[in-house]
Amino acid sequence: MKHLLSIEDLSRDEIEEILDTAVSMHEVQHRDIKKLPTLRGRTIINFFFEDSTRTRSSFELAGKWLSADTINLTGKGTSISKGESLRDTVMTIDAMGVDMMIIRHMASGAPAQIAQWTKCSIVNAGDGTHEHPSQALLDAYTMRNRLGDLEGKHVAMVGDLTHSRVFRSNLLCLRKLGAEVTLVAPPTLLPSGMGPWAQAEDVTVSHDLDAVLPTVDAVMMLRVQRERMSGGFFPTAREYAVTYGLTKERLRLLPDHAVICHPGPMNRGLEISGDAADAAQSLVLDQVSAGVAVRMSILYHLLSGEGTSA
Amino acid sequence: MSPARDQVPEFDEGTPGETAEVSGRVVLAKSEITRALRRIAHEILEANKGAQDLVLLGIPTRGAPLARRLAASLHDVEGVEVPVGTLDITMYRDDLRSQPVRQMERMEVPEGGVDGKVVVLVDDVLYSGRTVRAALDTLADLGRTRAVRLAVLVDRGHRELPIRADYVGKNLPTAKSERVSVRLAEVDGTDQVVISGTEGDR
Repeated sequence: MKHLLSIEDLSRDEIEEILDTAVSMHEVQHRDIKKLPTLRGRTIINFFFEDSTRTRSSFELAGKWLSADTINLTGKGTSISKGESLRDTVMTIDAMGVDMMIIRHMASGAPAQIAQWTKCSIVNAGDGTHEHPSQALLDAYTMRNRLGDLEGKHVAMVGDLTHSRVFRSNLLCLRKLGAEVTLVAPPTLLPSGMGPWAQAEDVTVSHDLDAVLPTVDAVMMLRVQRERMSGGFFPTAREYAVTYGLTKERLRLLPDHAVICHPGPMNRGLEISGDAADAAQSLVLDQVSAGVAVRMSILYHLLSGEGTSA
Repeated sequence: MSPARDQVPEFDEGTPGETAEVSGRVVLAKSEITRALRRIAHEILEANKGAQDLVLLGIPTRGAPLARRLAASLHDVEGVEVPVGTLDITMYRDDLRSQPVRQMERMEVPEGGVDGKVVVLVDDVLYSGRTVRAALDTLADLGRTRAVRLAVLVDRGHRELPIRADYVGKNLPTAKSERVSVRLAEVDGTDQVVISGTEGDR
């Protein structure tokens, strides 16, 4: 495994290997000395063209805790703002001899394109509305921790599916791990080209959140991405919250064992109420904590082992 | 470019995780393994003047059951429960970049940690010393021990680092071409140490 561009590229065994290693990596987070010598002498660039709190800082911590040297770059502070092309910028960084670039970009497919231009390992940390594979892996890890093996478990993903790369990666990941998925969204926020998923046996589509909630093991609320919306996808925020938000009242519909996930950042009061976000079943902060462990595992799998030297 | 496998310094793992029958000369049978562990338990107690502050940490795979057996022996002799754990050294190996990616093992540090404790590292075979080097680095990241000792079932020589064991079940002079296989009931279903790969055995 050289790059992590899409969950599509991973087999079920590879996903499980990454999640299993993350269990041991998670243990390091509770040590006094949070440091492993594993990636000593390796250099990782965090190249983020879009804002991010969780993903960027957790990739940076993951690299640091594995003893790699990490550098953060944003689109703004680089020569891109002087008019240099993306290709020239990444080739410049590549020429400095880095081992890995972790890329977040507003254009779908940018990390895959960059992988063609450089020799180093590329990790997709979110590209446009395409994928966010490390998020899907950490979501699976968090759910697996609480629910056990995900085979046969029922997960509902609710909200803005059209603009969500988290949803796309999670759908692939959960199905590979044997979970059944229900997609709940207003018709305007269901991605076009739903054909292949709508026909799959393990994927169902619903517009009725109240009917779905009592049957789930996990419900994943997706952020309403106002910054990607160009038109009227729903009449008002209030109406969206009433119809598709995880409100205090809806919380009662969930089975006792069911868990609530949200990849963050949350719009409290819109897709998720404060009560739901802070409820005992909410795994929002567990997801963040698992994020570092899962990303350590990803870096380890991509940067150690035979034939990985750049 | 990764170096060819035979140029990589060999890690002193006793036996890979296989359970198939190993052919060769049996150098330690079940009763001798038990006797050796009992003797080591006595030696540990004598050197430590009792069981206070002792912690046993086994190095996976076969060091872990050996550490548990040693703890049982210590209990038989002294009537004290000595804390036992396992120390995963995977991330500290010096050959991570020249080998395929390895899956980590379980790390179990007993409650109370290792600070101020006399830690006895337990492994099945002492060979190049690189596993022990990695184990010492791992331990240093877990806390500050008062002392670290090393107990091994078999010392087969060929050290590549200045490391020696404090407690040895059996010193077994070997050729580098030979293979020492430690088999334990907990992992392999039987207890024996077999040496193979020599002309005389065939």
